[in-house]
Amino acid sequence: MSTADAARRTLSYVDAIREATDQEMARDPNVLLFGLDVDDPKAILGTTRGLVEKYGPERVFGTPLSEDAMTGAAVGMALAGLRPIHVHIRMDFVMLAMNQLVNMAAKTYSMFGGQEHVPMVVRSIIGKSWGQGAQHSQGLYPMFMHVPGLKVAAPSTPFDAKGCMAAAVRDDNPVMFVEHRILYYQQGYVPEGEVLVPPGKARVAVRGNDVTLVGISYMQVECMRAQRYLEEKGVSAEVIDPIWLAPLDLDTIEASVRRTGRLVVVDNGWMTCGAGSEIVASLAERMQDAPGWKAKRMGFAHVPCPTTPSLEELFYPNARSIAAAALDLVKGAPQGWLPAERAELKSIEFKGPF
Amino acid sequence: MRALETTTAVPAELLERLYRSTRRIRRVEEAIVRAYPSDKIKSPVHLSIGQEAVAAGVCEALAAGDVVFGSYRGHAMYLAKGGDLGRMIAELYGKADGCARGKGGSMHLVDVARGVMGTSAVVATTIPNAVGYAYAARYRREPRVVVSFLGDGATEEGVFAESLNFAALKRLPLLFVCENNGYAIHTHQSKRQASTDICARVRAHGIVAETVGDGDVLRIHQAASAAVAALRQGSGPRFLECMTSRWVEHVGPGEDFGLGFRTRDEVEPWIRDDQMARLGGMLPAGRRGAIDGEIESEIAAAFAFAEQSPFPGPEELYKHVYR
Repeated sequence: MSTADAARRTLSYVDAIREATDQEMARDPNVLLFGLDVDDPKAILGTTRGLVEKYGPERVFGTPLSEDAMTGAAVGMALAGLRPIHVHIRMDFVMLAMNQLVNMAAKTYSMFGGQEHVPMVVRSIIGKSWGQGAQHSQGLYPMFMHVPGLKVAAPSTPFDAKGCMAAAVRDDNPVMFVEHRILYYQQGYVPEGEVLVPPGKARVAVRGNDVTLVGISYMQVECMRAQRYLEEKGVSAEVIDPIWLAPLDLDTIEASVRRTGRLVVVDNGWMTCGAGSEIVASLAERMQDAPGWKAKRMGFAHVPCPTTPSLEELFYPNARSIAAAALDLVKGAPQGWLPAERAELKSIEFKGPF
Repeated sequence: MRALETTTAVPAELLERLYRSTRRIRRVEEAIVRAYPSDKIKSPVHLSIGQEAVAAGVCEALAAGDVVFGSYRGHAMYLAKGGDLGRMIAELYGKADGCARGKGGSMHLVDVARGVMGTSAVVATTIPNAVGYAYAARYRREPRVVVSFLGDGATEEGVFAESLNFAALKRLPLLFVCENNGYAIHTHQSKRQASTDICARVRAHGIVAETVGDGDVLRIHQAASAAVAALRQGSGPRFLECMTSRWVEHVGPGEDFGLGFRTRDEVEPWIRDDQMARLGGMLPAGRRGAIDGEIESEIAAAFAFAEQSPFPGPEELYKHVYR
């Protein structure tokens, strides 16, 4: 953009998704939007607001509580040449749609020898805090990274949310679009016109030399805060946002780790078979010529998410625990340091009540 | 034999088409059975022998622009809707000229140009795909009718009920065809369903449903034609249950009477009432002989085509994963 920062338009993550959806629907009459409650007064936390009024109930509609069939219907629409966007207000509910996603959407293009393909977007939102608990908090995106034929986007900024949504709608493959409830509070620069953040390119958010922090989805925000805490110790952290998890831009991460020699990957989910595990394992294969580099994975405690605040606090990584782990990695031994919490780096929590 | 009143008004041309369709399916399946011991068919096969009348009767009621979705027991549907035979056999052989380039096999037959939108190995999976396709057809104001072929087992899957509800809610141009052969692999319907009245469950969703109980290909065709005509008038979804009989084992070329879960006696009446033979008997012998000859030539050519087609090269492995 040619304008100065002061003239730059700021948008919330919510409005960035809404704007991308609106612009794609205006551009292409084949784009449909549906899912539980997309047309209700709360409009999926505002991300679908105004769209049913603008595009009508045939293109924008709430559905029965039938995730399996509605996902299958999205596949069928895509086979007919439409570009459906199916919205799940909770990622946990996507588990009801696994057959269609894994056995049909992901496989159609290959299994039918290229005769058919499935351009569809599946939006899902990860919850956090204020007692959302075991079935409203899961970051299950690694399950989809596992399956050939699916793409996975997990943007953390409003700019990337708009650009990934537009790119996902235009993609000829099924795309899992992973959102995080807490990211909805993010504000950031978003151009008014077309923004495309295409698959397979990570973004170096902050340059640094001592350690590479890779944060997935909301954990990108915590990594950005951790980078600030690490400055207190004179540690220069590079922060990378993969943005797309499938395809995954390993080149950008590898180049960074070759410089810093240290990698902390922070998943917004469990670590076992997670995105972080995939990144560390891939780099271990790619960097066998670079002995001595170190890696650490962080993520959810390997338990179902508890509701009580005293245990939930222990469940998630946060900026301070990430900074502490990164410092230990840089120093090569436990330092026993946990930064004092700074007001400007405090996590934004969903306060409730519902 | 059956009452003449169902047949007297049938045009000769329709009889010929139905005979050709059922005969072609039967002879293709029998050719697969013959070829199977050679191990050239690199695919599990769920044969349609005994069930030909359903696909033939229904697809004969469709127009070229209509589309069908089906299950792993999909040879009959694929052929009845006009799917290319040579590419089907090549697919079973795992060859590069197969309809899915050797990546789908018997359970994933497809011929988009002929409206065969695909079949799935996981029971009931294509039902909602048909629903979505029908939604798209209506959204685009296309006169198309969509048919979802499913088995009696599929009616036990949750997605079946979900699909009925949404199709009825949106009054979609969709014909559900349940091929009820009584068995899910080796388990009888009565051991799986508290109420075996599938149509009653369908009607509870506000969908008009009827059963053709005797496997009569002409009744099936008549019922399908009436349903399709209603669908084109915007009736909302229709459901047609066709009782039928699987003469061979669930998967593979042989019989399964030795397993003890059913007897040959149970299937014998269906074999005696073979619809292909019945239709053949209604044609002049010369006409029937000509059709038979054409079918045998087509099958021989299809197997020759599959034989000479190459296996896909290594460069094919990573193709068609992402578009």
